[in-house]
Amino acid sequence: MSDRTITRQELPSPRYEYGGDDWVFVELDEAMSFDANFKAQAITQEIRQNSLEGLIEVAPSNASYLIQFDPGVLHPDELIDELKSLEDEIDVSEYQWEARVFDVPVFYDDPWTNETLMDFRDRHQDPESTDLEYSAEINGFDSVEAFVDHHAGAPHMVTMIGFVPGLPFCFQMVPRDEQIEVPKYEQPRTATPSRAIGFGGAFTAIYPVPGAGGYQLYGRTPVEVLDVDQELSAFEESMVLPNPGDILNFRQIDREEYDSIREEIEDGTYEYNYDRVDFEPQAFFEDPRGYNEQLLEVLD
Amino acid sequence: MRILDGGLVTTVQDTGRYGHYHIGMPPSGAMDQFAHKVGNWLVGNDESDATLEMTYTGAEVEFEEDVVFAVTGADMDPSLEDEPVPTWTAVRAEAGDTLSFEFATEGARSYLAVAGGVDIEPVMGSRSTYTLIGIGGHEGRSLEGGDELPIGEPAADADAMVDSSIDEENRPDYSTNEINVVMGLCDYRLTDEGRQRFIDAEWKVSDEADRVGYRFEGPDITDMFEEREQPFGAGPDVTNVVDLGYPVGSIQMAGQPIILMRDAVTGGGYVTVGTVVSPERDALAQCRTYSTVDFNAVDVEEALEIRRARDDLLEEIQESL
Repeated sequence: MSDRTITRQELPSPRYEYGGDDWVFVELDEAMSFDANFKAQAITQEIRQNSLEGLIEVAPSNASYLIQFDPGVLHPDELIDELKSLEDEIDVSEYQWEARVFDVPVFYDDPWTNETLMDFRDRHQDPESTDLEYSAEINGFDSVEAFVDHHAGAPHMVTMIGFVPGLPFCFQMVPRDEQIEVPKYEQPRTATPSRAIGFGGAFTAIYPVPGAGGYQLYGRTPVEVLDVDQELSAFEESMVLPNPGDILNFRQIDREEYDSIREEIEDGTYEYNYDRVDFEPQAFFEDPRGYNEQLLEVLD
Repeated sequence: MRILDGGLVTTVQDTGRYGHYHIGMPPSGAMDQFAHKVGNWLVGNDESDATLEMTYTGAEVEFEEDVVFAVTGADMDPSLEDEPVPTWTAVRAEAGDTLSFEFATEGARSYLAVAGGVDIEPVMGSRSTYTLIGIGGHEGRSLEGGDELPIGEPAADADAMVDSSIDEENRPDYSTNEINVVMGLCDYRLTDEGRQRFIDAEWKVSDEADRVGYRFEGPDITDMFEEREQPFGAGPDVTNVVDLGYPVGSIQMAGQPIILMRDAVTGGGYVTVGTVVSPERDALAQCRTYSTVDFNAVDVEEALEIRRARDDLLEEIQESL
């Protein structure tokens, strides 16, 4: 049924676009792929290291990236020329990085996201079902259980942080034909519980704070991805937990485990289960299943 | 300085919080950077010192020490101890004096700069308030009656600034409604007719217009998207794209246009069709609810020229003080 490898994507020529006078947006591909994402990560890391004068923001996203600069110092066309030359130099399969692998416990079909999604049935494609039932069905799964097993069955790579501080967009580390794809709500919700696990397009998101949202809701994690006061030990370096390039392993938990982790989080005593690995795209592309297993060993 | 009444929405802001966009952190900072900077210069401050940004209805403030202050931006008829005070002018207040404001008669946002600046601990390099996650400013929120704000050490020449004023012709005109835009980002998703309709239409600022974004009302453009087979990962709607970064000032087209302002989301999966030229994000910040706006398409060289002209004006103002 599935390829045993990740099929490499031939990327089109990038689209360079002016965002007013002080931003440049670069779309590496209209479609999502590991190739497009890893290229966005590699170029933005490289441009950070080159520390071109006048750069203000360098932000990789899923299949594109965004740069803000001071046009009084750097003309947008000079910046674009620099980006084009980086473009030519970078070979994604040679680009490697240190990633952290995180255990992310998830209480699927939890009462809080369930209550929220029931409140917004009128904005949904299929008001008669839950978001999990709908997603399972349109992706050809026989049951919600099988769908959840799939979502938690292979790790997800953080491909972008954004929308709000600390919100990771995650792309499951499986071949294209095993990827789940779902629409966003027809009309975005005005409410989403914090720490909700959502899915839209081909991406899982973890909502750090309560607020609006358009992704299908699957569950809730007891662990924080944003800690503004940096009280939990995993947030020593940053108020935001994951970085692009990190790997999240969603692990299905029950109410009891959810509650006990929440207690530890609230006491400030929770120790996140994570470790560092050197991520090698080429090894992952060649044997994703085997490579994922190897990655997850650090969580044992 | 003590806040007696917070007005509608009053927050501490500075020039913004930069370098954290990649973790989803918007810049925040004064919505009208021109008025914020000029206010600071009038009282001898650095442009990056923190001011109070007041929206539509100003705050009521009691100064606990002698202070030099200036009010810039929207005109909210400020008065000190019930005596009218001039705007765009450095004014002296004595300990115990109360500064109050009325409803804005022109523009939407006023800035109160005090010599020494609002001296709270910066978060990630900025004192700007970002209420969504509750950081910066005073406890990460809008000001309320009873809040106390510390004032920093005024510059040595702050007293000498009293009565300094900005020439009438150098003050912005908040009744203009033409907003220059560089089309692009994902505007290839619109049909030619859709792009033209966006530029030709008159757009009304809706009542959903705040530091996060301005939503507009106007002609229906939902049928003005190019048909296509949606790329993998975008989702099935024609307005969906694979989630990407949104520039501040960019225009999202999920149904009606939304222009993203300084507290906006940093990315998402809706089509963006262009970006407001940077100085005109200041002008937009002064556009009032239900006012109408014309978008004018300019190319990037024209956009850079608009920015240079604004920078020259700021330089002229700074040198005149």
